[in-house]
Amino acid sequence: MARKDRLSGNEAVAEALRQINPDVMAAFPITPSTEIPQYFSKLVANGQVDSEFIPVESEHSAMSAVIGSQSAGARSVTATSSAGLALMWEELYLAASNRLPCVLTLVNRALSGPININCDHSDSMGARDAGWIQIYAENNQEVYDNLVMAYRIGEHKDVMLPVMICQDGFITSHAVENIELLEDKKVKDFVGEYEPENYLLNPECSMAVGPYSVSNYYFEAKRAQAEALKNAKQVTLDVAKEFAQISGREYGLFEEYKMDDAELAVVIIGSAAGTTKDAVDELRAQGKKVGLIKIRLFRPFPASEIAEALKGVKAVALMDRTESYNDNCGPIGAEVTTALYRAKSDCLSVNYVYGLGGRDVRVKDMIGIFNELEKIAESGEVTDPYRYMGVRE
Amino acid sequence: MKSDIKKLGQDCKWQELTEGMQIYGEMTSLEFNTGEWTSVKPEIKEELCVHCLLCVPVCPDSVIPVVDGKRGEFDYDHCKGCGICVKACHTGAITMKGVK
Repeated sequence: MARKDRLSGNEAVAEALRQINPDVMAAFPITPSTEIPQYFSKLVANGQVDSEFIPVESEHSAMSAVIGSQSAGARSVTATSSAGLALMWEELYLAASNRLPCVLTLVNRALSGPININCDHSDSMGARDAGWIQIYAENNQEVYDNLVMAYRIGEHKDVMLPVMICQDGFITSHAVENIELLEDKKVKDFVGEYEPENYLLNPECSMAVGPYSVSNYYFEAKRAQAEALKNAKQVTLDVAKEFAQISGREYGLFEEYKMDDAELAVVIIGSAAGTTKDAVDELRAQGKKVGLIKIRLFRPFPASEIAEALKGVKAVALMDRTESYNDNCGPIGAEVTTALYRAKSDCLSVNYVYGLGGRDVRVKDMIGIFNELEKIAESGEVTDPYRYMGVRE
Repeated sequence: MKSDIKKLGQDCKWQELTEGMQIYGEMTSLEFNTGEWTSVKPEIKEELCVHCLLCVPVCPDSVIPVVDGKRGEFDYDHCKGCGICVKACHTGAITMKGVK
């Protein structure tokens, strides 16, 4: 029987990891993800998992240790936030290019400076082109569910890539919610054993990981890696389908909330999607045709699928919880606008930067966005396509 | 095994590469002739060599074989021409263009 429990997002991660029982965790503490290695090391000390915990001296070392242990044939995991992810930068690319399906549970936090410990997506969005699969959660239930699915996606033979499971710092990581947990056996059977075809500790076949690739090979290597990431889209859907059978909870590449006849829509990632749903409900009660698309899988990006979901929408707000410093658009703005252009859509799009450094997102803020969309749809013009929501001016 | 590295060549397509450019099997570096990288090579004058073997451990590419306590001919397929052996030789038996 599945059981209900009240857990914070970080506790949900630790609970999923207890059930998954990975071979190795290497981690260094950083707010707001500190509790993850803290809880996990307790599980190790209490003998509730068989895992080896490596207390490293930095995040650079954490990711390096994970790459080493994953290459050796051990299912490996780390956790970090913000500057911790930034210090892993070099190794993130190596984990992906060496095709190592390790998992990083990221608790999203603003990058300095000014120094700030609260939520925005500047850390993971900065790492969006590192070759990792990125999956984002709206709430604690999704944090747990996404992590249970993570290794199945990354370890699939057509993929073999690292997976970043992202959740919003403090908003979900520290807020306690009632969530439904699966039985230990169900999770273990679902995740299965890690049985790589090749690994460094295999006495039957020696191997070298990460050899130098000269100009004659590098380009082809990157092309092959891109294909693996592309494959992750279908695998994510297949794994979600199987997960629905054991959990009753269904997941796609993104969630469509009241999009059927929507004329105005918001595309958003993370916990603010929950707030936006309240705004959608309030406006729907007034008879307005509004809806929401919440992106779950950001890498690889489900471009054609989102363009299809936005068919019939007159105006869409693309919400970025990061500033890209390009005076043009944020990551979601760029991805979705490209998708719409290629689909020859006539949907008008406006890109908002919001929620930086933990700035609150309120229902009335999101209602304000829909009101702006209404004006855009009526006028047929987007005078200022790159805007800010919730900044004092 | 995911791919036979012997199939890999400069004309192979991206689909034919090993996953993550991994190399499977042992001692595969023997198949890679790094000796092609250099235009200069050390030479040994047998009559001056006293087989002290001081040149052997300093060679970074292990290209000086030792058989029955005596040094053999250079493995030119893997000698990169660094000239360290010339410096190590105290009898003047090893010479190389550009190294004194």
